[in-house]
Amino acid sequence: MATDQSDSTRRDFLLVATGAFAAVGGAAALWPLVDQMNPDASTQALASIEVDLEPIEAGQAVTVLWRGKPIFVRHRTEEEIKLANEANVSDLPDPEARNADLPEDAPATDINRTKKDHENWLILVGICTHLGCIPKGQRLGDKKGEFDGWFCPCHGSHYDTAGRIRKGPAPRNLDVPHYEFVSDTKVKIG
Amino acid sequence: MAQHESTYQPNTGVERWLDDRLPLPRLMHDQVNAFPTPRNLNYWWTYGGILTFCLAVQIITGVVLAMHYQPSAEMAFDSVEHIMRNVNWGWLMRYTHAVGASMFFVAVYIHFFRGLYYGSYKAPREVLWILGVIILLLMMATAFMGYSLVWGQMSFWAVTVITNLFSSLDSIIPGVGTAIVEWIWGGYSVTGTTLTRLFSLHYLLPFAIAGVVVLHIWALHVPGNNNPTGVSVKQNSDTIPFHPYYTTKDMFALTLFALLFAWFVFYAPNYLGHADNYIEANPLQTPPHIVPEWYFLPYYAILRAIPNKLLGVIAMFGSIAVLFLVPWLDTSRVRSARYRPLYKWFFWLFVITCLVLGYLGAKPPEGAYLTFGRIFTAYYFIHFLIIMPLLGAIETPRATPKSITEDVLDKASKGDGDAGAIAGVSGAPAAPETR
Amino acid sequence: MSISGDSRRPSRTLRGAIIALSLAFVGTGLGTPAHAASEEPEIAKQPWSFSGVTGHYDRAQLQRGFQVYQEVCAACHGMRLLRYRNLGEPGGPEFSADAVKAIAAAVEVPDGPNDDGEMFERPGRPADAFRSPYANDNEARAVNGGALPPDLSVMAKARSIPTHAAFAPLGWARDIIAGYQEGGPDYLHALMTGYEDAPEGTEMVEGMHYNAAFAGHQIAMPSPLSDDLVDYTDGSPKTVDQYSRDVSAYLMWAAEPKLEERKRLGLRVLIYLIILAVLLYLTKRLIWSKLEH
Repeated sequence: MATDQSDSTRRDFLLVATGAFAAVGGAAALWPLVDQMNPDASTQALASIEVDLEPIEAGQAVTVLWRGKPIFVRHRTEEEIKLANEANVSDLPDPEARNADLPEDAPATDINRTKKDHENWLILVGICTHLGCIPKGQRLGDKKGEFDGWFCPCHGSHYDTAGRIRKGPAPRNLDVPHYEFVSDTKVKIG
Repeated sequence: MAQHESTYQPNTGVERWLDDRLPLPRLMHDQVNAFPTPRNLNYWWTYGGILTFCLAVQIITGVVLAMHYQPSAEMAFDSVEHIMRNVNWGWLMRYTHAVGASMFFVAVYIHFFRGLYYGSYKAPREVLWILGVIILLLMMATAFMGYSLVWGQMSFWAVTVITNLFSSLDSIIPGVGTAIVEWIWGGYSVTGTTLTRLFSLHYLLPFAIAGVVVLHIWALHVPGNNNPTGVSVKQNSDTIPFHPYYTTKDMFALTLFALLFAWFVFYAPNYLGHADNYIEANPLQTPPHIVPEWYFLPYYAILRAIPNKLLGVIAMFGSIAVLFLVPWLDTSRVRSARYRPLYKWFFWLFVITCLVLGYLGAKPPEGAYLTFGRIFTAYYFIHFLIIMPLLGAIETPRATPKSITEDVLDKASKGDGDAGAIAGVSGAPAAPETR
Repeated sequence: MSISGDSRRPSRTLRGAIIALSLAFVGTGLGTPAHAASEEPEIAKQPWSFSGVTGHYDRAQLQRGFQVYQEVCAACHGMRLLRYRNLGEPGGPEFSADAVKAIAAAVEVPDGPNDDGEMFERPGRPADAFRSPYANDNEARAVNGGALPPDLSVMAKARSIPTHAAFAPLGWARDIIAGYQEGGPDYLHALMTGYEDAPEGTEMVEGMHYNAAFAGHQIAMPSPLSDDLVDYTDGSPKTVDQYSRDVSAYLMWAAEPKLEERKRLGLRVLIYLIILAVLLYLTKRLIWSKLEH
């Protein structure tokens, strides 16, 4: 009896060990099949872009393409900056700055949405944080929504003159990408 | 589909519910787990499982590659290099797919020779065999198209040469061959248009293969497996359930096969390919030696052995077509070569013929190579068309065992010389028959 | 092939026939290529740090090889599949990020069109492809007397040494077991060190150069290397032999940048499969042990 039992224990151990070892290998083999769909080396290495700000006058905006995404570059008027500063951050639907160059918990003040000494320039990823449409408001004739910033026609999200969500289904403020001023009239995005 | 009684017992309510509606668990249990399998299958019978593995690997890596590949003349070559350089694990996917094609053919050829040796094509398994030949044809078409997608020099000129085979029909009805070739090309030469349609079909055909594989397994499960004695299953003690006996044995053999596979993928990924295919396709310059991939070399040798264009093409396709007739060309009343003293030798002569034709296919068609090419091409057909039917009449088979059980129990005490004989083939990662 | 104890006389006769045929075949196989050998130059295999199961690139050698490429080869040969960032990636020459930026910035790369619709040139960035010396193949031919200097991106895999010179299953087996994949660099090294004076009586075509390693021996490219041509700073010998070794290694990396990753993963996969095979063998034996077979 005793040997029978140890035999069956040995047998069970071998079967479990073999099965587990094969399963681990199978699981490891799945990773390359999943990972191959992640952004590849050439995509990751995509160069940053430089935007010349000189021809953009106050009140105008341009849209440039960076990593396949539209980037809103807006030259704000004094009035628009004032409007943005009037908002009370704690009352905003999303009180965080969403600025790639700032810590995650930075408050969504107007200065935190721009760069110091360049507050007249607002640079945003132009993708509605709801479901990825491109909000209206870049062109002069566009409907800019109730807060005079951008309005997403897909599901009715209103953004203010600092690109912050004020009304509608979008959960977050428009993202601010990583960028820096190379000179007063040139900005490098990425 | 099988004649054995179903032994499936639905234990839970859910299983009973499903069993009344879609008895898939019953099918799996009866056709996989409990399927009565001859107890004496040797390692040459593990290639069915290995081939299923190969097909799965090719389809999975192929779907992945198609996510990154661009089937246009301008982009194809560079997109393959993009896969090799930029895509995460792209090099692994591509090398596995390329080496996988070769491994698929290694396994399928061993599987065929096993069938030929043990008479697995004989009644009642003719349909099973014919489906196997259809799978081989589909594999050849798929492999050829896949090779073209790299759009290197060898790819391009292989497409040119192989599609031009159809122009040989011009010698029957002038113009027809040319019309067919231009139809295949979608132009007056091989271009990006041709490449795109080859890509489309290369993606389609593997699923056709998978479909025929299902039929192949169905046709296997009606008469059940052949076995090394060739003696039909007669009693319950002749068989054992597929699981766990053959699942473990197949898994072990598959792991050994995977070792060989992995060696090529990781340490000799380009060994089975040709350097010229790393030169981008150039319609203005043919490489000095154009050779097909190794698995096509025997057919290539047969094609070139015949000096007439049309007859050469007919002989090449005939070398596959003749396989369809094998179940009726073999007139012996005994299945397994183990009990056929003469056929056994002719079998090995045939194996050598195929190897020699493969070697000659890589050589320039001149001088002694051409002479030998003709001799062995002739013998290839003589083997099937003359020797096979003749042997049934003149050969006296040895006494076959009364049953599989008797053979197994006999051998457990004595041992058998035959197992050693077949293990003499080199290159196959398999051990001799189990004892 | 073992012969079963009860083989009858016809089998013996047949066996004789098979052996005779095989011998005859092997005989011709070995004999015939003798004349082919004179057309296909013999090229010796070289020792490379990246051969074998544990092979890896020698960083310093790749950096020197890149220097040779840049100072010599790049005048005529492009490498369009490479990007400057590759030079800093793991498993390659592994130049520092700053060095890569500097290498890229030293090259003016075409870009555009700009907002005015015009093409322009700007300093390169790491993500840019290596700049080709010619705008297109036609310009390359025009400048080089009709000969097109081929792109070198995958050159080390697009060339090999002739391995089909003899019917040698043992040679094939040896190459497979050794994982021999260095035919490209072996050939490139032989080519760059193969320039010599044409033997007496060779009729050279106008503008061609004699090379012992090149098929047909007449090559349009003049000998690219000479001693002391490239100024190595790490004390390596400034000889044609060293230059060609280094640049061949560099070209191998360019053609196969994932070699180190591949060999590292391969070793793990092989070890895993061997352990799995042992476990499965034991499992199989255990399960079959209850059965007489």
